[in-house]
Amino acid sequence: MTPMVLAQQPARDAGLRATFRHARYILRENAVTGFAFALFLLIALAAVLGPYIVPYDPLASDTAAALKPPSLAHWAGTDQLGRDVLSRVVAATRLDLLIAFSSVALVFVAGGLAGVSAGFFGGWTDRVVGRIADTIMAFPLFVLAMGIVAALGNTVQNIVLATAIVNFPLYARVARAEANVLREAGFVHAARLCGNGESRILLGHVLPNIMPIMVVQMSLTMGYAILNAAGLSFIGLGVRPPTAEWGIMVAEGASFMVSGEWWIAFFPGAALMVAVFCFNLLGDGLRDIVDPRRRT
Amino acid sequence: MLALITKRLLLAVPSLLGVIVVTFLLTRALPGDPAAYFAGPAATKEAIEQIRVKLGLDQPLYVQFARYVRDLAQGDLGNSLTTGQPVGYEIKTRLPASAELTLLGLLVSICIAVPLGVLAATRPNSPIDHACRVISTAGVSLPVFFTGLILVYVFYYLLGWAPAPLGRLDIFFSAPPHVTGFYLIDSVIAGDGEVFVGALKQLILPALTLGIFSLAPIARMTRASMLAALSSDFVRTARASGLTPFTVVITYAFRNAMLPVITTLGMVFSFLLGANVLVEKVFAWPGIGSFAVEALVASDFAPLQGFVLTMAVMYVGLNLLIDILYGIIDPRVRIEA
Repeated sequence: MTPMVLAQQPARDAGLRATFRHARYILRENAVTGFAFALFLLIALAAVLGPYIVPYDPLASDTAAALKPPSLAHWAGTDQLGRDVLSRVVAATRLDLLIAFSSVALVFVAGGLAGVSAGFFGGWTDRVVGRIADTIMAFPLFVLAMGIVAALGNTVQNIVLATAIVNFPLYARVARAEANVLREAGFVHAARLCGNGESRILLGHVLPNIMPIMVVQMSLTMGYAILNAAGLSFIGLGVRPPTAEWGIMVAEGASFMVSGEWWIAFFPGAALMVAVFCFNLLGDGLRDIVDPRRRT
Repeated sequence: MLALITKRLLLAVPSLLGVIVVTFLLTRALPGDPAAYFAGPAATKEAIEQIRVKLGLDQPLYVQFARYVRDLAQGDLGNSLTTGQPVGYEIKTRLPASAELTLLGLLVSICIAVPLGVLAATRPNSPIDHACRVISTAGVSLPVFFTGLILVYVFYYLLGWAPAPLGRLDIFFSAPPHVTGFYLIDSVIAGDGEVFVGALKQLILPALTLGIFSLAPIARMTRASMLAALSSDFVRTARASGLTPFTVVITYAFRNAMLPVITTLGMVFSFLLGANVLVEKVFAWPGIGSFAVEALVASDFAPLQGFVLTMAVMYVGLNLLIDILYGIIDPRVRIEA
C-alpha cells in the first residue's frame, strides 16, 4: 500500500505530488516501463487515427496485385485479394482495442463492485460471489469463452461479454481481498462514527481506496483480453470477414504460411504480439508505482 | 492421507456441480428455438413440435435438467449432426491425441522453465535473470496460434526440418495398434521405431508451441519461490555447515521451492487446455479441440457442449490430482487435514 492510498483527504495533494515523484522515479529507473508507455501512445494513436492515415482502403481488393511480397508500394505486402496488409493491420487496431477495452471496462465495474461488496459485507454476499467466481474458475478459461460465444450467438458483443465473464474471478478476488482489509481500517470506523450509512461508506470511502490496485489489474488483464478476443476470432467466432481484425487476419494468412507467403499472417500477428507485450509491461510498471512490494 | 483425499474429493463436488449447471444453461441459451435448430431449416411445424416433445423441451426447466443429468450419468452426450456419431464416442477416440500433445507440451515447458527459473534466482540481476524476465513476459504475449505459424514457416517452409503440419502421422505410416492411444507409447510397445520417429517429428512443433506459451508462469514462479527459499534460515544454516553450493541449491532450496510451483500447475493447465484448441487448429491435429472448432463452424452444438463439459471435468480432475500430489510431497498439508 502506498502512502497515497492510506492518506486522508487533507493530505491528498501532498500524496499526489509524492506519487508523481515516485512515477517519475520509476520511469527513469525502469526504462522498460517508459518504453512501454511510449509504445502505448503509438498504439492509441493508431487506434484513433488509424483509418485516416492508412495509404489504402483496408477493404478495397485489387486482384491484379494479389499476394505481392512487401515492397515500397505495399510495405507489408498484399493478401490473396490484393488488399494492403499494412492498411488492414493499422485499421484493425481500433476494433481490437475497442473489444478488449470494453470487456475490461465491463468486468472492472461488475467484478469490482461484486468483489468490494463481498469483502465489505461478508456473509451471504461473500458466499454468493465466491461461488460464482469458483464456478467460472472450474473451467479452462478460453474453453468457457468459446462455449459462451457459441451459445449466446456469434457476435462481437458476445465476444466482449465472454471475455468479461472469464476475467470476473480475477477482479472479484482482488477487490474482495482489498475491501476485506479496509473494512477494519481506522478511516472506515471514523466514517461510521460520523453517522455515514454502510452503502455510503462502501461507495465513498472503501471503493476510491481500492481504485489504484484495480486500475493495475485492468492494465494487467488488458493483454489477456486482447489475446482472448483474437483467439476467438481466429477459430471463426465473433468478427467476420472481410472486417479487418488481427485474429481473423492471422487465420486468413495461416494457409499461405506453408506455401511461403509469410507476410499475410506475420504482420497482424506481430501487431497483436506488440500490443499484448506493451500492455503486460505497462501493467507491471503501473504495479511497481502503485504497490512496490509486489514487484517480482 | 486417505482423509486428505476424501476431503479434496468432497471439495471437488461443488465445482463439478457448477460445471454441469453451467453447461446445461449454455444449451438452453441457444439462440432461437433449439427444437427448430435441431430439426434443420427444411422442417415442417409438426416436425419441430415432434422434436420439441422428443427432446423434452416442452417440460419445465428442472425436469429438463434432471433428464440432462440422467443422460450424462449414462455417458450420453448426444449425437453430432455433422458426423452422425455419438459425441461421447468421438471425444473418447480423439482425446488421446489431445492428451499426448498437451502432456508433451507441459513436459517441454517444465524442462525449459524450471532450470531457467533456478538459474535466474541463483544469479539475481545477471544476464540470465534478465533473459528469464524477458522470455517469460514475451512468452505470455505471444498469441499461441501465431507462434505455431512462425514455427511452421521457419522449420517446415524455410529449413524443411519438420514435416507438413497435417495431423499426428504422415500418410505413409499407419497408426500403431491401439493400446494407450498415445502414438509414442503404442509404437514403442509395437516395437516400431519408424512410426515412433514419425510420430515424434509431427509432435515436436505443436508441443514446442504449447511449451513456449506455458513457460512464463512456471519460470516466474520457480524464480520467485527459489529466491524465497534461498534467503531462508535453513539455507543459511546449510551454507554455514559448509555444504557444497550444489547441495544447498538442489537438495535444500530446490526441493522446498518446488511446492508453490506445483500449485501454479493448476493455472498452467487452464492455459494449456485453452491453447490446445488453437494449436490443434494450426497443426490440423485430430484432437478434441479441432473437433470442437469443426463443430463450431458447422453450428453443431452437441459436440461443442460435450467438449466444454469434458474439458471442465478434466480440469477439475487435474486440480484434484495436483492437490493430492501436493499432500504427498508436503507432509504439513497432511497433518492439517
